Amino acid sequence: MTYQLTHLDALESEAVHIIREVVAEFERPGLLFSGGKDSAVLLHLATKACWPQAVPFPVLHVDTGHNFPEVLAFRDRRVAELGVRLLVASVQEAIDRGEVTEDRSPGGTRNRLQTHSLLRAIEEHRFDAVFGGGRRDEEKARAKERVFSFRDEFGQWDPRGQRPELWSLYNGRHHAGEHFRVFPLSNWTELDVWQYIERERLDLPSIYYAHQRHVFRRDGMLLAVGPHSQPREEAPDEEVFVTTVRYRTVGDATCTAAIESMASTPIEVIAETAVARVSERGATRADDRFSEASMEDRKREGYF
Amino acid sequence: MELLRLATAGSVDDGKSTLIGRLLYDSKQVYEDQLESVERTSMARGDAYVDLALLTDGLRAEREQGITIDVAYRYFATPRRKFIVADTPGHTQHTRNMVTGCSTADLVVVLVDARNGITEQTRRHAFIASLLRIPHLVICVNKMDLVGYSQKRFDEIRQEFEGFATRLEIADMTFVPISALNGDNVVDRSGEMPWYQGTSLLHHLEDVHIASDRNLIDLRFPVQRVVRPRSEEHHDYRGYAGQVAGGVLEVGDDIVVLPSGFTTTVSAIETADGPLAEAFPPMSVIVRLADELDISRGDMICHPRNRPTIGQDISAMVCWMADGPLAVGAKLAVKHTTRWARALVREIHYRLDVNTLHSDPTVEELRLNDIGRIDLRTTSPLFYDEYRRNRMTGSFILVDEATDATVAAGMILHAPS
Repeated sequence: MTYQLTHLDALESEAVHIIREVVAEFERPGLLFSGGKDSAVLLHLATKACWPQAVPFPVLHVDTGHNFPEVLAFRDRRVAELGVRLLVASVQEAIDRGEVTEDRSPGGTRNRLQTHSLLRAIEEHRFDAVFGGGRRDEEKARAKERVFSFRDEFGQWDPRGQRPELWSLYNGRHHAGEHFRVFPLSNWTELDVWQYIERERLDLPSIYYAHQRHVFRRDGMLLAVGPHSQPREEAPDEEVFVTTVRYRTVGDATCTAAIESMASTPIEVIAETAVARVSERGATRADDRFSEASMEDRKREGYF
Repeated sequence: MELLRLATAGSVDDGKSTLIGRLLYDSKQVYEDQLESVERTSMARGDAYVDLALLTDGLRAEREQGITIDVAYRYFATPRRKFIVADTPGHTQHTRNMVTGCSTADLVVVLVDARNGITEQTRRHAFIASLLRIPHLVICVNKMDLVGYSQKRFDEIRQEFEGFATRLEIADMTFVPISALNGDNVVDRSGEMPWYQGTSLLHHLEDVHIASDRNLIDLRFPVQRVVRPRSEEHHDYRGYAGQVAGGVLEVGDDIVVLPSGFTTTVSAIETADGPLAEAFPPMSVIVRLADELDISRGDMICHPRNRPTIGQDISAMVCWMADGPLAVGAKLAVKHTTRWARALVREIHYRLDVNTLHSDPTVEELRLNDIGRIDLRTTSPLFYDEYRRNRMTGSFILVDEATDATVAAGMILHAPS
């Protein structure tokens, strides 16, 4: 007996510990669940942390209205299986109420608008801790994020004023109106997530695996033809063709790109991820291409 | 695959960010789009070469000022191990950041510029690593290319450091001559230094034995949550969730619960994946006991003949992390394992000069980035071990009750005499 954990067991144990700390110390936690792979892993870890009880807190989907139907179907299926309460914060409703204005310029997305709906839902449901599936390896600004990340009464993140985080002694103390974002997957990489999905035999939306799709190329990225993204008439190079693709990340359908891939099982995705030459976000997220600091700026405002 | 957590210390001038960039790049953990972005920024700044440091500096202010502000976490893996790197800045808030980065580390890499040799900063970093009880220290003598890959220079630095390190408690010390810029001895052995008989830095990181670093002797199980599902299916279920903080817990063990002192036996160890025969650090499990006892969060399960110290008086080394000073009489919140209490600062014995290791007993207060020895009295008893014996049950944080900010990291020495 060597009393050594594998890296996946060590990461799982750390995440379970973090989730239990929140359940023990906070009044009203919630969990951000988009139906994407990271939130699917997060919700699975929450079921393990709470076992044998059911997950006692609701899950929140910030819905841009631009969804992949396969992801919505997966979201509803998972929620029904676990018997958790699903709350939906709708960006479309916020636009309809005139609370936010849609960016209708070419390349405009609803990504940034999600912050408004997210913060409104946190206020409405009086969440004091919100679990997110964010990982530090995803993006430079995230690399400096705490596991227990403090948000002031405006939901803002102050990257230079963060509390030091020592050992596994998390400090979740806060005043009324302030809240925490908690990231149990902080130390996971994209590869860890896929290895865990494989090991735990986790169900995911089918679009994470190779399938045939009508796509067109924009700014070097493959976008699906669908109700929310169409090739522009004024851009003749945005020619539609059919190819075999999968999604590495799943977000707003207007700005999430597919990658060409034949990987149709977790094992094949792991093999592909291990040798990938382009980062997850660089390959698939138009929103992160605007500037070096677009994630930092969005996070400061209260983004995921 | 095993997980190794390491912290890196050193300043931009020592080439620390370049070293991390090199490790990520040479182990193929840097993606093309990230590299392109670094190349663009390097070019725009007019750098003579692609500055791999830009791979690790994420915040706008850092990129603009060319400095690292906060601890950043980096990830890479080889077929043998997965690595979590806490990259701690050398300049701003140095002590606070280094203590934070080291708190979770199994190993620390300290960078030394071969031209400058051992500096005040090297001594400070080595001391903090020793204070935080990091079992493995690696001194990377960097920029060997700028001293003609001289063995003589490397040996001088090594001897000087070894002389200084006799005053520290470091179990395992390794020296590697490298050039982070050129990649010498970082991932592969360099042809430039045939006199060096050791392995490359990465090979050492893959190989260093960490399995014996945890305390597997003294069973410590701080109760994190009482699990009582009020459902039909689990009507009479009662369990105690937590993370094993020391020792090995086995089904059938006789245990005692602190502070009540009640004894019973372990009837089951469970996880969502099924029952276990035993649990060890850092496993998160649920422990079930043969008798129904009154147990709550913050209680401690241990073996009856191997108990932690139970007490309200604690003597500790602390690193003070707040802008305002710490003075005798201060009242703060303390978090130790899963237990919160209030603490009164009864005495400040001395401030330690982290550069010279001299203690100054004349100080009245501790200021930002100071390390000093203090005595605390807590409102309720804590169940603790010396930090040198157990990093999980020997550590605590202090929190300002007005601002909720984390203001100190504490390492328990013993009960005050």
